[in-house]
Amino acid sequence: MSIRNLIEQRLREAFAPQSLEVIDESERHRGHGGWREGGETHFRIRMVANTLAGQSRVARHRAVNDCLKPAFDAGLHALAIEVRTPDERDPRGGGPASLS
Amino acid sequence: MSIQQWIKNEVDSNDVVLFMKGTPTFPQCGFSGQVVQILDYVGVPYKGINVLEDDELRQGIKEFSQWPTIPQLYVKGEFVGGCDIVREMFQNQELQSHFAEKGIPTRQSA
Repeated sequence: MSIRNLIEQRLREAFAPQSLEVIDESERHRGHGGWREGGETHFRIRMVANTLAGQSRVARHRAVNDCLKPAFDAGLHALAIEVRTPDERDPRGGGPASLS
Repeated sequence: MSIQQWIKNEVDSNDVVLFMKGTPTFPQCGFSGQVVQILDYVGVPYKGINVLEDDELRQGIKEFSQWPTIPQLYVKGEFVGGCDIVREMFQNQELQSHFAEKGIPTRQSA
């Protein structure tokens, strides 16, 4: 299974997200530390999930990191995490998230 | 001294510590570089520790915080977060308040 699919599958199972984007940004890090031919080293996730409610930022990131430990073990090097609940404003602008 | 004791000593004896790849003047990773820019902008004194200089440290810091990625910011001995968390806190002014609450002067508050 590709690392992208592994990330997506594990996040969906653990957090039942309302929306989830898994973006491979490896190409933007070509030649940098941790990068390797073939990509799948640097990912960004954007997830909106009710199941994150009531948790601090650190707790949310820890939950995501712990859930994705198999992906780190499989070669994931860097993970940018953008997570929020449907009630929280999207920091990238716009109103509340539309649910997918 | 074990690496865990060494890390503990660093975060306990410095108010603001950033474990990063490269140095504040020459970051070697975009994520570390972002946190350096934010700390410099806020104007808080901090100690940057380059994990690339020592493999034992590079692994040890991940175990210390149970956090798999670098950079890692510590304030008054407490883990604050990595690049995304620091940036979000900065954008919401929470980072600046956090330093103020911990009694750490910043250029912006002076």
